Amino acid sequence: MKEYLKNTWLGIYTILVGMKITFKHLFTPAVTIQYPEVKLKLPERERNRLYVNIDDCIGCDQCARACPVSCITVDTVKSVPGEDLGTTSNGKKKALWVTNFTIDFAKCCYCQLCVFPCPTECIYMTDVFEFATYERKDLVYQFSNLSPEEAEQKKINFANFQAEKEKQKAAAAAVPKPENPSQPSTN
Amino acid sequence: MYQYFYDLTGSVIISTLITAVFPLVNVLLVALIGVYLERKVSAWMQDRVGPNRTGPFGLFQTIADFLKMLQKEDATATDIDKKLYNIAPVLVFAGSFAVYAVIPFSSKLIGSEIEVGLFYALAVSSFVVAGILMAGWSSNNKYSLLGAMRSAAQIVSYEIPTALVVLAMVMFLGTLSLSKISEMQTAYFWNWNILGGAEFGLSKFLLIPFMLVGFIIIFISTLAEVNRTPFDIPEAESELVAGYFTEYCGMKWAMFMLSEYGNMFAVSAIVSILFFGGYQSPFGYLGNTLGINWLIPYEQAFWFILKGWFFIFVQMWLRWTLPRLRVDQLMTVCWKYLIPYAFVNLIIIGIITLL
Repeated sequence: MKEYLKNTWLGIYTILVGMKITFKHLFTPAVTIQYPEVKLKLPERERNRLYVNIDDCIGCDQCARACPVSCITVDTVKSVPGEDLGTTSNGKKKALWVTNFTIDFAKCCYCQLCVFPCPTECIYMTDVFEFATYERKDLVYQFSNLSPEEAEQKKINFANFQAEKEKQKAAAAAVPKPENPSQPSTN
Repeated sequence: MYQYFYDLTGSVIISTLITAVFPLVNVLLVALIGVYLERKVSAWMQDRVGPNRTGPFGLFQTIADFLKMLQKEDATATDIDKKLYNIAPVLVFAGSFAVYAVIPFSSKLIGSEIEVGLFYALAVSSFVVAGILMAGWSSNNKYSLLGAMRSAAQIVSYEIPTALVVLAMVMFLGTLSLSKISEMQTAYFWNWNILGGAEFGLSKFLLIPFMLVGFIIIFISTLAEVNRTPFDIPEAESELVAGYFTEYCGMKWAMFMLSEYGNMFAVSAIVSILFFGGYQSPFGYLGNTLGINWLIPYEQAFWFILKGWFFIFVQMWLRWTLPRLRVDQLMTVCWKYLIPYAFVNLIIIGIITLL
């Protein structure tokens, strides 16, 4: 009988304790962060989407070589004399046209290994982490500021320059060679 | 209420319609606000925000849900008992809605002022069991059947403590009419039955603890009767998907939902009529002090709905405080605890009333 009454009392008392706790929580501010509107502060060394400041890029290809998953593709074309590519922000002279600089973020593993070798610090992590797309090809980001036509033009320019140089070389080689008669190699 | 509108409009049809439609509007409003409040209260108690996208503060969430429900395909399984399956939600809703016929919203707003109102309310609300059993059986689904069986066992068991407390109250008050019970507790809050009733004397003070016990018993048992947590084993979502309405969807499902909230308000109303003065204001009426007689019924309706909502809030509060009971624990609470206490309470209240 004593046990029974104790049980009853305990039942009612513990319910009241529980109700007191939930009632307190009724007035506790919510811990929810309204995500798209309010964002948490990102950690100091977060690694997100890469960005390439192409104006500073000298086309050295070091980032592409550092990449463990080969998601960076850099194609360069040498400039022809007379073309001024300007300098990077830390004063290096640019000598290569970067015709193609793509990063495939579907492949990227966000290891940040490409950031360290860059001599001009033009490739770096941004704080953008929301860039989901519907198509995988949309994740391939082109950073080169040359249009395909321009890039093509640069290639042709260089090819022409090269051809001219070859021609000059050939001409130079063909004309003054009396002491060195052309002989087919025997070995 | 019928007479009131008959005097107002002079038309039998219009007054009948208004009398019939008012409780329906009330049930719909209770469901509409209740679902929203349920979500908000649960969110606040769990330190969340709750619905806040649809309209200001998410106020239109329930309306959006209702529109979604309307558009849903009325999908039915192939091996169901079509007739019973279709009747069940209607029956459940009818059972919970029929209670509103006798609930006095104010001294003027009563659907039907019958003398056996309390008896009628108890009888008609247990009608719901039939609907739930029908739904569970006809769905031809093990979860539905288990849920329905549990529900039947639960409601039938918890009818007894409810009836015992009601019996004690009827012994004390000497009437079954809900409007008369409300009228007896008029004027100030110390005349409410929870504080020993309107009659001032030694018996009033002797009754207070037993009234409190009676209130706790009837609150727990009515909570179980409307299948709310912690007594929601018939629809225990973690065990039985959704219990007896697992197979339902769209508007038929909405009927069950509506009847749940209708039941919640009806039960709160009956508890407040029996113990908390029904439609009586706790502090006297503004209409009396200002001498505006027509204001009083509206004030009464306001207090009644406020009390109803307060108990709905307590039900939600309990829901988000306590975990679900196991079946055997549920039966233990009813048969081993509530019924003996209700019996003792009945006898003591009887003796005090006799004194």
